[in-house]
Amino acid sequence: MSENNPIAIDNDGKPIWKFLWSELKPKGKIFTPFNIISVPIILLGLTLIVIRFWKGLGSVTNLTQEVPWGLWIGFDVVTGVAFAGGAYVLTFMVYILNMKKYKSIVRVTVLNGFLAYVFYAGALLLDLGRPWNVINPIIGNNFGVNSVLFLVAWHFLLYMIAQLIEFSPAIAEWLGAKRIHKLLSGMTIAAVIFGITLSTLHQSGLGALYLMAKEKIHPLWYSEFIPIMFFVSSIFAGLSMVIFEGSISHNVFQKQISEKDHKARTGIILGLSKICAGTMFAYFFLQVLVFIHNRHWDLLNTPMGYWYLLEMFGFVLLPMMLFYFSYRRNNIMLVRVAAILTILGIILNRLNVTVIGFRWDAAIHYIPSWMEVVVTLTVLFTEIWIFRWVINRMPVLRDSPSWASKH
Amino acid sequence: MSINRRGFFKVLGLTGAALVIGREMKAAPGGNGDIDFRGVLYDSARCKGCRGCEYDCAEANGLPLPGPAKDIPPIRHTSETKRTVVNEYKTSKGTVFIKMQCMHCSEPACASACLTQAMHKTKAGPVIWRGEKCMGCRYCMISCPFDIPKFEYHSSNPKIQKCDMCYNRLKTGEIPACVANCPNDALFYGTRRQLIKEARKRIVENPKLYVDYLYGEHEAGGTCWMYLSPVPFKELGMKEIQKASYPALTKGFLYSVPSIFVLFPALLLGIHQATKKDNQTPEE
Repeated sequence: MSENNPIAIDNDGKPIWKFLWSELKPKGKIFTPFNIISVPIILLGLTLIVIRFWKGLGSVTNLTQEVPWGLWIGFDVVTGVAFAGGAYVLTFMVYILNMKKYKSIVRVTVLNGFLAYVFYAGALLLDLGRPWNVINPIIGNNFGVNSVLFLVAWHFLLYMIAQLIEFSPAIAEWLGAKRIHKLLSGMTIAAVIFGITLSTLHQSGLGALYLMAKEKIHPLWYSEFIPIMFFVSSIFAGLSMVIFEGSISHNVFQKQISEKDHKARTGIILGLSKICAGTMFAYFFLQVLVFIHNRHWDLLNTPMGYWYLLEMFGFVLLPMMLFYFSYRRNNIMLVRVAAILTILGIILNRLNVTVIGFRWDAAIHYIPSWMEVVVTLTVLFTEIWIFRWVINRMPVLRDSPSWASKH
Repeated sequence: MSINRRGFFKVLGLTGAALVIGREMKAAPGGNGDIDFRGVLYDSARCKGCRGCEYDCAEANGLPLPGPAKDIPPIRHTSETKRTVVNEYKTSKGTVFIKMQCMHCSEPACASACLTQAMHKTKAGPVIWRGEKCMGCRYCMISCPFDIPKFEYHSSNPKIQKCDMCYNRLKTGEIPACVANCPNDALFYGTRRQLIKEARKRIVENPKLYVDYLYGEHEAGGTCWMYLSPVPFKELGMKEIQKASYPALTKGFLYSVPSIFVLFPALLLGIHQATKKDNQTPEE
């Protein structure tokens, strides 16, 4: 097995800086379709970011006094974090419930989750008007402890550290650092337990951020149960992302995946679709309960009502049934369709709470500018670049070196 | 096993730390009920709509002076250059004016939303913004039910603009600029108890002039700026909002945090140990 992974051997005896320098060089083709599309967008996005800090948020964004949080928060942060939920669900299944079947996809999911958090926290910095004060809630001179945002900010930070610890054995294997590897592997369970606890709280916390905006969010989307809704939906949002992302990276990085892991994949995907179907049923049921409890029957026959019904039936109930049939019939294609529908549904739901349904009655509607979209794509593409860099170097998809699997 | 024991202590330590944070959290929200804040009673039956207060406010806070009255639309919002506006409504009792500015809630949503304590409810009554703490996240704007905090979108060093009841003047023993200069005696400065007493007196003495309602007495858990009006407040564009305080809406969630921090790690560790032993016995 160690033949597949020359790094661990190469590194023995070689100075660390020389090794790192050689690793920084690009591997693989330079003019791929992804590179040709992403590089100009990233360059444009970086220019826009400079303008944004130079001339103020208003020069790049379409934010208004009524709608102060737009695409960068509603999509990059709130939606992105929901999709990163796969990491805590999978670590729960593998490390807590000991479901060995899913072990081969834990690392890539944790890496995805970690990068997602790093970049979405980064996107948050872009949105801050006075980012030089961002250390205030961290260093302890200004603790706004009864703020939900304070809780969410701290949880982001701590969860990033927990995920880094969960992923760190892969870095140690890449560097060939055997002693540190043993130490870091020993910390995994503690990091996992801490990470799941943090995830539960900040996935729901992102919903709790909007609790005080009681009269501002359209009543079909506002209820005191937003935090629970956000938490439950993050389970199948994260897993759908794992399925979707996995189907792409299994093609792109095919060479790295061992025969054994490749064969196990069908079983893994069907297992995940079963969990998705179950949690989506619970979520749909909760939504129905909340709707009946709030008694907004009259609102259904309005444009926003149709929009709400589309979300509930087209993007929750339909993919739920597709997930259900796919594992009954062992149909992987159907799982992929269901995962994509679910992902669209989560984007729809998060944007409905944070942007579309937020001050839906305002005189001036907020519609994101093209520049906000470009910056969002920049964040996304840069994340994919880093992801690809790591996958091509560290044992994430491929097997660990033989010395590492002993402990 | 040794790894697990070590892990267990780590979790235990983290749980302890979380408990400390959790406890701080519990102590904070609410509890402003006993303080008799200072505030202002605005009587729209007395206001003649001269907009003098807009000028006084701009002057006192170093903001651009508003234009001449003929250029101004009858209904405006406060903005990053206008901390207060006087709007004109055609109502069932003819033209009525109403002054808009920060309501200075007793339990402000903005201050409980702020993660750096930049928005701060002072003991005197005003809700103030402290630039050296603010990181510009604009969560206060999301949370404020009255849409009062305004953000300078076109500045590289943006400020949040909102009425601070002339906090700097209050500290030197003066009264707010708008109150001091109102020629029609439409603004009355005092403690909340005094304001309520005065408002009740005016309603009782002149029941035909006023509707029997004091806006701000209970809105959002009580505000320091209160309103009397000759017409129902709906006709003046005043929102009908909840009577309970807004920070209370997040209390349930925040209170669940310490318990989850204690219960979850213990539960997860327990399941981990249980499933681990189950798997090992048949194999070995």
